[in-house]
Amino acid sequence: MKKRIPALLLAALMLLTLTACGGNKPKTPTAADKRKEANEIYVGIAQDLSSSLGPYQLATAGTREVMFNVFEGLYKVDPTGDFKPALATDYTVSDDGLTYTFTLREGVKFHNGAVMTAQDVIYSYQTCASSSVDSSIKKILENVTDLKEDNGKVVMTLAQPNSDFLAYVGSVYISPAAYTDQDTQPVGTGPFRFVSRTVQDSVVIARFDDYWGEKAKLNQITFKIFENATALVTALDAGSVDLVAHLSISQVNNLSKDYQVLEGSMNLVQALYLNHEYKPLDDIRVRRALCYAVNVDDMLKLTAEGHGHKLGSSIYPSFKKYFDESLIDAYPYDAAKAKDLLAQAGDPDGFDLVITVPGNYTPHVDTAMVLAEQLKAVGINATVQEVEWNTWLTDVYQGHKFQATVCGFDASTLTANALLGRYESTSAKNMCSYKSTQFDAFLQEAAATTDDARRTELYKAAAKCLSDDAANVYLQDLAEFVAIRSTLKGYEFYPLYVMDLSKVTY
Amino acid sequence: MNFVLKKLGTLLLTLLILSFVAYAAFEMVGDPVNLILGTNASPEDVQALRESLGLDKPLLVRYLRWLTGFISGDLGDSYIYRIPVSGMIGEKLGVTVVLTLMGFALTLLFSIPLGVYGARREGSWADRLLTVTNQIVMAVPAFFVAILLMVLFGVVLRLFTPGSFVPFEDSPGAFLLYMIFPALSIAIPRTAMTAKMLRSSILGEMQQDYVRTAYSRGHNRQSALKAHAFKNALLPIISFLASTMAEMLAGCIVIEQIFSIPGIGRLLMVSISNRDIPVVEAIVMILAVWVMLVHFLGEVVGEMLDPRRRA
Amino acid sequence: MIRKLFAKHDNWFFKAGFFITAFMVLLVLIGQIWTPYDPAAMDAAAKAQGPSLAHLMGTDYFGRDIFSRVLEGAGATLVIAFFVVLLGAGLGTLVGALTGYFGGVVDEVLMRICDALTAFPSVLLALIILAVLGPGRLNVIGVLALVFIPSFARIVRTEYARIKKLNYVSLAKLQGISTPRILLKHILPNIMPVLLPAVSIGFNNAVLAEASMSFLGVGVSASEVSLGRMLSDSQNYILRGLPWYAIFVGLTIVLLILGFSLLGEGLRRED
Repeated sequence: MKKRIPALLLAALMLLTLTACGGNKPKTPTAADKRKEANEIYVGIAQDLSSSLGPYQLATAGTREVMFNVFEGLYKVDPTGDFKPALATDYTVSDDGLTYTFTLREGVKFHNGAVMTAQDVIYSYQTCASSSVDSSIKKILENVTDLKEDNGKVVMTLAQPNSDFLAYVGSVYISPAAYTDQDTQPVGTGPFRFVSRTVQDSVVIARFDDYWGEKAKLNQITFKIFENATALVTALDAGSVDLVAHLSISQVNNLSKDYQVLEGSMNLVQALYLNHEYKPLDDIRVRRALCYAVNVDDMLKLTAEGHGHKLGSSIYPSFKKYFDESLIDAYPYDAAKAKDLLAQAGDPDGFDLVITVPGNYTPHVDTAMVLAEQLKAVGINATVQEVEWNTWLTDVYQGHKFQATVCGFDASTLTANALLGRYESTSAKNMCSYKSTQFDAFLQEAAATTDDARRTELYKAAAKCLSDDAANVYLQDLAEFVAIRSTLKGYEFYPLYVMDLSKVTY
Repeated sequence: MNFVLKKLGTLLLTLLILSFVAYAAFEMVGDPVNLILGTNASPEDVQALRESLGLDKPLLVRYLRWLTGFISGDLGDSYIYRIPVSGMIGEKLGVTVVLTLMGFALTLLFSIPLGVYGARREGSWADRLLTVTNQIVMAVPAFFVAILLMVLFGVVLRLFTPGSFVPFEDSPGAFLLYMIFPALSIAIPRTAMTAKMLRSSILGEMQQDYVRTAYSRGHNRQSALKAHAFKNALLPIISFLASTMAEMLAGCIVIEQIFSIPGIGRLLMVSISNRDIPVVEAIVMILAVWVMLVHFLGEVVGEMLDPRRRA
Repeated sequence: MIRKLFAKHDNWFFKAGFFITAFMVLLVLIGQIWTPYDPAAMDAAAKAQGPSLAHLMGTDYFGRDIFSRVLEGAGATLVIAFFVVLLGAGLGTLVGALTGYFGGVVDEVLMRICDALTAFPSVLLALIILAVLGPGRLNVIGVLALVFIPSFARIVRTEYARIKKLNYVSLAKLQGISTPRILLKHILPNIMPVLLPAVSIGFNNAVLAEASMSFLGVGVSASEVSLGRMLSDSQNYILRGLPWYAIFVGLTIVLLILGFSLLGEGLRRED
């Protein structure tokens, strides 16, 4: 009779035993507690870092934000957006604005134990000038005609004055001279030193005990790479990461009580970018119609429960110096006006519009879908086409093969030029093929002006130019949410796309 | 020998066709140079990198260069990470193979008792219930099973932590524990199919003359089944199991995404979006060899089990 | 008519499969004409709700009605599956018929290629090509149809090679009936008992494949709806107290596949 135990029951029993084995030890709290005990954290990031980790090869914003903890320049940005002395203690600038003299900090050690010298600084500036992946920094450094050591100080001579020079100085990281393994074993002077990297899995950094300034609080940080947003959110729900930045409101809604949620902004200019070479988008009336047809408030309500900062032009609000609040409402939502403008432009029945979006950036895809719906209301038949990031880079960004796209541009340096320079008609980064002689004139004059007030005025005028010409449908600086374990504190937002973990502590 | 040669020939042809298809497909969508350099690079830098990676050469030249490397056992370097592909794949392949084997073992573990029970009790209410359940479970895609399991065991019951994969070296126990649920996800739909196959195969076998003879020799249904039918019924199952094994490997690619397991599937998906052709090619080749090998083994085992052969 | 059909295929697999498939197709057809809400209409006031009388399956984060979207998504999935099977089975039958009937070197070469291709899991092959090409409904149809061709070609080829040796075919040849006519009128109807279950299983596989592709994000594009795409989106809701979305979408996929697999099983049981 015993043989007759149904196999089904047996199978069910096996399943139960299997699962019961796991049930005896709840893993969640222990793993997190262990990390707390070891004074380390796991940070979830949504993309692997760029192939090289070298100080001048940080190709993606995601890489820059992680390596911000490892590398430093002579000056360093602080959470308010000011540049504070870092590897230099002081600098002087000549009256003509052409000669910068930096006094180096004494006794700064690199992660490999070497002491920083003026030679290292000169080497770093030369290497950066010749090999940086950031063409705008290259361009600025080309402007440095002379670079020399003078009594332990570093003297740089510029061909033309540039009052934003300090912002670029903050981006030129100092590397030990003649150190050749930066790509795989980066060495800098920052509060954390690089420990190891497992491709597509994790990056580990640890506190640098010989740091010149206030030492980091945590012993070790592991950046865990999750290749898609769902996996990242799942990991958050399961408690297997301690800090995740750049989340959307829907990703932090109803998050478990183990986490607190901080709200900041992404420091991006998100817009419906338009290709001015594509008909009928070459017509300013059509572009203005698009601006009127889009209801940014509604879009924010749908995608982010109303969070996010409206823009009006290509400057984001935390960049206070140049942000012009009056531009936000330059094109208030007005469907009737939009239809009028379309009719004037000869498209009373609207037209077909393909919005190409990089599919891996959920916020941009979401925005594009809402915009497509809104545009349909004025007769524009908009469809959303997702493409891979690489395809987007090649076809849209480089190849200008698109009609419209939703994406966000960040500022690689804290300068107006980083956000506005791409609209100069000669710029290789002018994805939209925006052409305005007036805009060009403003930018050229700004670049040549040493008077800071005048420069600010000129950049603001340039930003207004973009709004007047309805260059693009400027939408928002996305709200970003940081989920951080409730037991952690000390996370600060910056006006740049960086993640400073040196002050985070249990 | 002839048989082995023919198999080998098919394998080589498969590899050749697949590798070229993959290469040609990438030709339509461009190279990873922009991805490596980011949005701030100058066009000159882009061109320089393209040349240094050899991507400026025509398709056929690049393909032949890759092919000669592959033949001499060199999988090349990743475009993105500039490290040997073999190093990137090694460990991840292990994870996927373990997942597939676990899924396969679970499938056998559940399907054999279920199939035998169904055949033994043909027509009973339990058998009917099993048949209906099987038919329904077969229709549930593995990725939906995965979602359900993850919600039930990971979120509601908290038996494991989704997203907290532990490498085998760190803790073999935790590794296996984490792998059970993904393995179950690929095993459950397959279990239903295998049980169904086994049941009908056994029933078919019971109709055979030799089993009827066994009846007439005084065996009852149970012992006839035990003595003869079961072993012979396995025969047609073997090739089905071989294709199960092959398809499980494909299934792993989906499942790895859901459970964030750093296996070869995740590497494949990421490498495709990265346009990292050498990595993609290597993985495709490995998968094809694996599938071929499994089918080949299936046939060998089948030959060994076949009584007509042994006699 | 249904009674006749059931008399011919007298097993519960066929009957259950027929009813489930008929029910789903009917639902989808209704969905083409009428849905409770516009599937694309967003409503900020009704975001992420559970099932209610107003929204039978609840709403998503954009406030879109999930039931309406399931109807449209199931329709899109079915349309994709239909064209995949039409193209795959059509071209597969053509290749299989020609090679099976004529044989020779072309047959040998094509069959070797078929062998080589079927040696690799077809879904995986489709996944790789689609991931490279990028998402879009037409891409999905093209690629899936392409990888479905070999399996149909093999089945049809075997049948044609078998039947061409039968007496009635030789007789037809002697009567001077043209070859295309023999292929179409004399042999094709006779392979239906083998082809029909294969077509039914083809539907099953196509639905599954489309769902898998879209689930992995390489299937249909963002502004297109499909069940796989919705299931992928719904993952984010599960962990935040909205498991309904995933469950409803998942069940719809299961019902579609179940219907076709039962039909295929029922048809296969004839012989």
